Amino acid sequence: MGSTNSTLSKIPNAGDLMQETGFSPAHIVRLYDRYKALDKDKKGHLCPQDFGAIKELAMNPISDRIIGAFFSSGQEVLDFPSFVRILAHFRPVDKNRPKDPNSPEHINSRSNKLKFIFQLYDQDKDGKISRQELLQVLRTMLEKQVTEEQLESIADRTIQEADLDRDDAISFDEFRKSMEKVNIEHKMSIRFLR
Amino acid sequence: MAPYSQLSFLLTVLLIFGALCVTSKVQIQSSSERQSASSNTGSTGESTSNSSASITTVPIVTWKWHHVETPYLVALWILVCWLCKLMAQLNSKLKSFFPESALLIISGFILGGIVWGADKAQTFKLVPRNFFYFLLPQIILDTGYFMPNKLFFSNLGAILVHAVIGTCWNAAAVGISLWGCYLGGAMGNLQIGLLQFLLFGSLLAAVDPVAVIAVFEEVHVNEVLFIWVFGESLLNDGVTVVLYNVFDAFVSLGGEKINAGEIIKGIVSFFVVAFGGSLIGVVFAILISLLTKYTGKVQIIEAGFIFVLGYLSYLTAEMLSLSAILSVTFCGVCCQKYVNANMDEKSVTAVRYAMKVFANGSETMIFVFLGVTAIDTDIWVWNTGFILLTLLFVLVYRFMGVFFLTWILNRYRLVPIELIDQIVMSFGGLRGAVAYGLAASLDETRIKEKNLMITTTLIVVYFTVILQGLTMKPLVKWLKVKRVSPTELKLIEKVNNRAFEHILAAMEDISGRIGDNWWTRGWKRFEDTYITWFLMKPEARKNRDYLFSIFHKLNLEDAINYVTEAEKRGSLAFLNQTDGTIVNFEKKLRFSGVMPDIMSELDFGNNNVQPTSDTVPSVSLNIHEHEMKRMNEDFNAHHLLQQHLYRSRKNHRHKYSRSNFSINQSEDEVQEIFQRTMRSRLESFKSAKMGVTPAKKITKHPKKDPNHKMSNGKTTDKSKKHPYGDEDFEFSEADSAYSGDGPRRFKLTLSVAGVENPAFIVAPSQGAQRYLPWSPRNLHRLAPLRISDRSTDSFLMADAPATEESSEESPQQPSQRDGTHM
Repeated sequence: MGSTNSTLSKIPNAGDLMQETGFSPAHIVRLYDRYKALDKDKKGHLCPQDFGAIKELAMNPISDRIIGAFFSSGQEVLDFPSFVRILAHFRPVDKNRPKDPNSPEHINSRSNKLKFIFQLYDQDKDGKISRQELLQVLRTMLEKQVTEEQLESIADRTIQEADLDRDDAISFDEFRKSMEKVNIEHKMSIRFLR
Repeated sequence: MAPYSQLSFLLTVLLIFGALCVTSKVQIQSSSERQSASSNTGSTGESTSNSSASITTVPIVTWKWHHVETPYLVALWILVCWLCKLMAQLNSKLKSFFPESALLIISGFILGGIVWGADKAQTFKLVPRNFFYFLLPQIILDTGYFMPNKLFFSNLGAILVHAVIGTCWNAAAVGISLWGCYLGGAMGNLQIGLLQFLLFGSLLAAVDPVAVIAVFEEVHVNEVLFIWVFGESLLNDGVTVVLYNVFDAFVSLGGEKINAGEIIKGIVSFFVVAFGGSLIGVVFAILISLLTKYTGKVQIIEAGFIFVLGYLSYLTAEMLSLSAILSVTFCGVCCQKYVNANMDEKSVTAVRYAMKVFANGSETMIFVFLGVTAIDTDIWVWNTGFILLTLLFVLVYRFMGVFFLTWILNRYRLVPIELIDQIVMSFGGLRGAVAYGLAASLDETRIKEKNLMITTTLIVVYFTVILQGLTMKPLVKWLKVKRVSPTELKLIEKVNNRAFEHILAAMEDISGRIGDNWWTRGWKRFEDTYITWFLMKPEARKNRDYLFSIFHKLNLEDAINYVTEAEKRGSLAFLNQTDGTIVNFEKKLRFSGVMPDIMSELDFGNNNVQPTSDTVPSVSLNIHEHEMKRMNEDFNAHHLLQQHLYRSRKNHRHKYSRSNFSINQSEDEVQEIFQRTMRSRLESFKSAKMGVTPAKKITKHPKKDPNHKMSNGKTTDKSKKHPYGDEDFEFSEADSAYSGDGPRRFKLTLSVAGVENPAFIVAPSQGAQRYLPWSPRNLHRLAPLRISDRSTDSFLMADAPATEESSEESPQQPSQRDGTHM
């Protein structure tokens, strides 16, 4: 779109944002449009209700946690840079970028993607997924007809499989190890622009 | 069913069949008699009886076969075909093994054999005219009407690529290869040329929509794959028609006259036929939508308009030699949204049911007749080389085409289509009755080898439908198993995989769906402002909130089931049912409207009933269960996850099915998810906002038009925010919402209108307020609560402030229950 540059100039700190997240100008503009579109009351920032207005999101069992991930640390407002930063986790991994061992990891690195997921599970942010937290997640993702007993048995076995140091909770390292075989780069990437 | 009843069924069918044959014999005799009679007398007084004009005495009863002959035979054949379908469904073992279409064809063979045995000639064939004009249109209309539009249009590019390029490739490749083999002498002596081979290739090239659906229904594939094959099978008709007509014209012109001009004309005709057909479909869709805007007064027959106009669109396109299938498809695709919004709910249901009846019925008949037609010595010309080579080429080139095109398309997709899906797609390239119909309508004067072509087409059709249909499921299973088994996923991997899918779906939604670009947004805007204004009823326009309409529909069904279930068990017994157990509601659409009474009888106290299974187990059974549980824990956990994890958008949310039109499981899931989401949101916001009064205005009693509450799009009107802690207001708001909409949507009339008791707010709210996103399953757990600490944030839908109000308060009760019970 020809208006990319003019819109880009309207976005504050666009350059820094692109640097930090690795999005291209077109991506940033697109996301900005979306941000504005979500902000129906033209408040200039987003609040959880705006996310609630996304119809398809309501049909997602873990939508609340995801919305919570955007509004971390109890904030009620989401500004554009934070919005972009969170979405940056899902940028497809750049296969071509040279690996610079000194620079900090990209937001969309495998490790950061995993960390994002981990934080979705770990609601109280103590660095571990406790049995209770796992139960909650499972509860949201399983149909209602699964009974409490069944749920608990699943949770128990899940923890058993992943928990290596036997502390009845899954730490980030254990989580990462259990996800070794999973193609995170593939499963946690979406196209932001056609 | 016991084997005896099956056998007796079979006998009945055969008996009817025998009757048919006898009557057909009579028919032949009578027709020859009539012929001689008419030639003798020279009169055309057909209404008189069979014998000569003079009678000697007053007849009490006469045999008037020839009066009713045609309709009788038609009806009888329809009956027999449907009986065959019934028989095919009876034997469950057979059903799981054979696809239904194959069984129907085989029944057709049997029936054809009987007829042939009686008549020594195949009197009942699949005549192309009947097929194209009477059997096919309703199937395609059904397809278009139930097409998942969003999915279809977002994948339209890929579908078009496959439909156009794939079909052209198939046609050209098969035609030319066959020609090459003919030149090489593999087929012996035939009176045939390159053009005729190309013609033959083009009629065999198209994947058949009828056959594809019939098989794909039984094999669950992911929705992208499904829509690709499905869409392709529909849209390739445009190409097929063009190719067929062009090559037919070329054949009549003769090879010499074909120059660049003709070829260019051929290419131009493609565009004209395809776009013209689609345009006609769209025009008729507009007509239908406009019409339904004004048919509110004739609700009984407004459903019929759709069928008539759909059929007319087919015939109009056919008349103009444009693509009729495309026309009907787009007619259905474009009108579904407006028609469903404009028409009364009952009419919508009527249309849906009737569509399915017609489509399913026609499909059955098509397959049976495909079988019957085979038993005819006239058409069978055997040429081993031709037939086998055709089969080979059709298969091979399909695979090649699909793999090549998908490889190209994958370069533009983030999530590539996997090999297995490509194999399934290639394998699913079934040919069906359309190919046969085209072959049978060939002109034998121009195409000397018509019978050979018919034979070959039939064999290809049988091969693809029966053999490929048969092997599709085992193939898929084998491939999938082969893929997964090397590393059996651990529980946590499974959970996480599903979580990823959900997260990804959520992120896609948040960042705007893929394909939510400038064009689609512009189109949506255009559509919202102009088209819906033009084509939708005003009330419908305002109530277009998709989610809530689904909810309304689901709640309606739930309410009905709830009532019937309660009636079945008596209200007291119903008390012991908890939310956790699943009472198997059959989704019936009748209801009795006694809901308020049952509501009042229920005890709204806090029942702490343990989740029990439906049957009351004896003590010993319970213990046994526990033991079993311990032993099978491992298996159970995986199995549970497999069964009960919510499916994400990506996998298996089948939206189209020819045989099941009712709400399928994924919509149940969606409802469940939505309820929980709303409930939990309410909880969290309640706890977060306890006691906080936002600076939003308390509005006046919304006695005004409740439709205003559904103003979509724009910013939420702050003046419409609802007050805080006023049950009366809330209640009458529900009331006015109900009365405002009147009988349009929800037909249960509730008499509790004047009650102040907050306990009853739930009941009429649930009934009257049609937008409640929770089901009556929760109702019996409700405690009479003082609703005093509701959040009034418009968190639910930015454009539906009304509904959030009552949905906020009502899910509170279940959430309260959750709190105490869980």
